[in-house]
Amino acid sequence: MSRLRFLLAGVFFGIVLTKAEVISWYRIYEMFRFESFHMYGVIGSAVILGIIAVQVIKRFNIRDISGNPIVIQEKAKRFWPPLIGGTIFGLGWALTGACPGPIYILIGNGFMAFGVVFLAAVLGTFVYGLVMNKLPQR
Amino acid sequence: MKELITAPWPWYVAGPLITLVMVLMLLFGKSFGISSTLKTVCSIGGAGKWSDFFRFDWKSASWNLFFAAGAIIGGYIASTFMAPEQAIALNPATVASLQAYGIDNAGAEFLPRDIFNLGNLLTTQGLIFMVLGGFMVGFGTRYADGCTSGHAISGLSNLQWPSLVAVIGFFIGGLIVTHLILPGLL
Repeated sequence: MSRLRFLLAGVFFGIVLTKAEVISWYRIYEMFRFESFHMYGVIGSAVILGIIAVQVIKRFNIRDISGNPIVIQEKAKRFWPPLIGGTIFGLGWALTGACPGPIYILIGNGFMAFGVVFLAAVLGTFVYGLVMNKLPQR
Repeated sequence: MKELITAPWPWYVAGPLITLVMVLMLLFGKSFGISSTLKTVCSIGGAGKWSDFFRFDWKSASWNLFFAAGAIIGGYIASTFMAPEQAIALNPATVASLQAYGIDNAGAEFLPRDIFNLGNLLTTQGLIFMVLGGFMVGFGTRYADGCTSGHAISGLSNLQWPSLVAVIGFFIGGLIVTHLILPGLL
């Protein structure tokens, strides 16, 4: 039952991203053409509020529902992986119009083509696991 | 009242609600990040036989799959019970640019269905948009160690440098495709 809360959070997330049109290929295209504030407003306001929320959590040592201190896992301090990997993801994001969350949400919206996009993304993740030792990892 | 539910939600509603999801995940003792579900799926599928990268206790990560399953359900609920009657209010310049590429009625649906449909899968265009695009989403997010949720939202909220580098990468890739590749592809 403890996992039900993650399911419900996911339902909420799926509704929000659908209602705000974040899952729309057109919105992503428009964003990369700098022709609308919409996506910048969504991501920007989420980040600004997120910075405040994280500061509050750290300042007041807020604990999670199990009573453990909230520890935010720091991403490893690397340069080439986020830059190259991020660029490859950006290429895919602009083609599909979807990052991983919206891939799931679009399937729920009935766009079955995104079942294929999902399988291709799983394949991409798998191939990364095969070749990761041959890529710059610093 | 019904209008509040069916009308599209503006950015200043959606952004704070996304922050709320991130904070909820922290309160649940986890961190907000969705691309890792793809890694979990690989592990469940037996990818550990091929690479140590996938050899981890995926049962401990299965909460993430519940979140992904919820996202699918949320998409279904929103499209079934909360769907707007109007088109997406895109910038007219955006609509005009797509029309020049032969994409009519931009914004009438969430995406250009002529491109994203299973019947188009085995064309060069379909393979590039759906298969190559999806592949790069999966490969790139794992190499970058995060996607829009893990890097742009969670990572920037925690003021992490690698996340800023990743977001710059997201835009390098997105701008290349939108401005240099799509014009020849659409």
